[in-house]
Amino acid sequence: MPIERNDYTENLEGSLVELKEASTEARRWIVKMINAAGSGHPGGSLSSIDILMVLFTKVMKHDPADPTWPDRDRFVLSKGHASPALYTALAMNGYFDRTELLTLRKMGSRLQGHPSMNKTPGVDISTGSLGQGLSLAIGMALGGRLDRRDYRVYCIMGDGEIQEGQIWEAAMAASHYKIDSLCAILDRNQLQIDGPTEKIMSIEPIQPKFEAFGWHVININGHDHKDLLLAFKEAESIKGKPTLILANTVKGKGVSFMEGSLNFHGKAPNEEELEQALSELGGDV
Amino acid sequence: MDWELKNMRPGFGEALVELGKKYPQVVALNADLSGSTTTAMFEKAYPERFFNVGIAEQNMMGISAGLAATGHIVFASTFAMFATGRAYDQIRQSIAYPKLNVKIVATHAGITVGGDGASHQMHEDLALMRVLPHMKVIAPADYMETKKAVLKVAETPGPCYIRTARTNTPMIYDEDYKFRIGKADIIKEGDDVTIIAMGLMVSKAIEAAEELKKEGISARVVNNSTIKPRDKNMIIDSARRTGAIVTVEEHNMIVGMGSAVAEVLADYEPVPQRRVGIPDVFGESGESEELMQAYGLTIENIIENAKIAIAMKR
Repeated sequence: MPIERNDYTENLEGSLVELKEASTEARRWIVKMINAAGSGHPGGSLSSIDILMVLFTKVMKHDPADPTWPDRDRFVLSKGHASPALYTALAMNGYFDRTELLTLRKMGSRLQGHPSMNKTPGVDISTGSLGQGLSLAIGMALGGRLDRRDYRVYCIMGDGEIQEGQIWEAAMAASHYKIDSLCAILDRNQLQIDGPTEKIMSIEPIQPKFEAFGWHVININGHDHKDLLLAFKEAESIKGKPTLILANTVKGKGVSFMEGSLNFHGKAPNEEELEQALSELGGDV
Repeated sequence: MDWELKNMRPGFGEALVELGKKYPQVVALNADLSGSTTTAMFEKAYPERFFNVGIAEQNMMGISAGLAATGHIVFASTFAMFATGRAYDQIRQSIAYPKLNVKIVATHAGITVGGDGASHQMHEDLALMRVLPHMKVIAPADYMETKKAVLKVAETPGPCYIRTARTNTPMIYDEDYKFRIGKADIIKEGDDVTIIAMGLMVSKAIEAAEELKKEGISARVVNNSTIKPRDKNMIIDSARRTGAIVTVEEHNMIVGMGSAVAEVLADYEPVPQRRVGIPDVFGESGESEELMQAYGLTIENIIENAKIAIAMKR
């Protein structure tokens, strides 16, 4: 059955105020939960959190009271190591209590190091091994097409991740099957574990690559909530092809000493660093 | 013996078409081998539920997982080499770990692929699939068992791997055969030794038992088509009844069906076991029968190992 979609570009100013506050709180939870876990990936979580908060609070049709609602929009975190950002977006949208975030990566926790669909409410599909999420998203979108459900599928990929060959197998298939219910977002934060993407294995030029594979590409600032809202709206209007939102971001965004830092790709902040991060983000949660 | 020969693969294709009619949520995927895997039959009957992803097995497994996550019963098919070798990580991460309802039906398993040679002869697929939690692993013996197994797994949620051969194989079963997941089929009772076989080696096990009978040796013959979950009761029962076991498989002797049997024997009922299988080497080009001769997959080798196992009894 067709689902009602809100026009989330109406009352833009109100949404932007709300998102600004929510995304700052989300950043506080991310640094706090990774500190509590003692390991995890702050850099890529902070670069992708604005995208996630815009999706889960404004764009996607979903129901925290019914996480398996068949008509819900689907979400795939192909860069599964940004799980702290996904868990925060889920908690702040009512899937579980925020305090549970502090159990991240701990024995017995529902919040695994990488997303697990069988453990965490709101996680639509398990990910973690890079390069696989776009294929999963295509399968979910084809499933919706076969079932005549008009949900959309969103998939966040890392920039280093598109060095995986499977991404391009999937990119080819998404346009071959003309999957316009699919919107992929590339978190272009410029860095992978060993260094800048362009130094390790260059992925540029990204936009013409995806366009040559038959995608509609929207190039935006991935921390600008207005850009994101308008880009998601534009993606909904594109017919007959998939859309890629090329979201230009900053690794570690929001915490001065994590911004653009290779060191914080996969390292937890210690107590002192946490204190400084929280003070930059407006205090404790 | 005079066997009626028939290819296993159409057993898959025909079952898939039946399933397509019965269940609207059945879908099939293929990676540019729809003719060889016989999934073209399903494509013809239900084109809207068939996806040929091109030569991209990793993507096929991922799309299969996504379709399963939206409630579909997914059959993904290609050669055993590309299914379990090329796309192992996709099967592990995207299908087995999340326990999604994807049935991987592989064709062209084993050395009997023949002329294509070692690059296409998959002897380690059962090992790779057997060590994955949540995964069921089935190696049918003939056309009929392939058909029955495919029909059965569709009704059993969760990931599953079925392997079939390229060549025509002897017909062991008829329409009345009842396939049960995790339950071996006792083909012939015997007292001195149990020959536990799978896949296209079942007919050779039956023939070996006939030859042994002429020498006064009574052999129990079992088709152990479900490698996982193991039929523990059959293995323990065989050990107690006959006191000696020979396993026979067209697979690397390491971590295949013979190893699965050995694990049960070691844990519950240690008796002498001999294993007939492909040694830990890569194959080569040749005719199926020549290759089976060259790599020890023969009636003579089964007989010899049966006698050794019996001699090893205390």
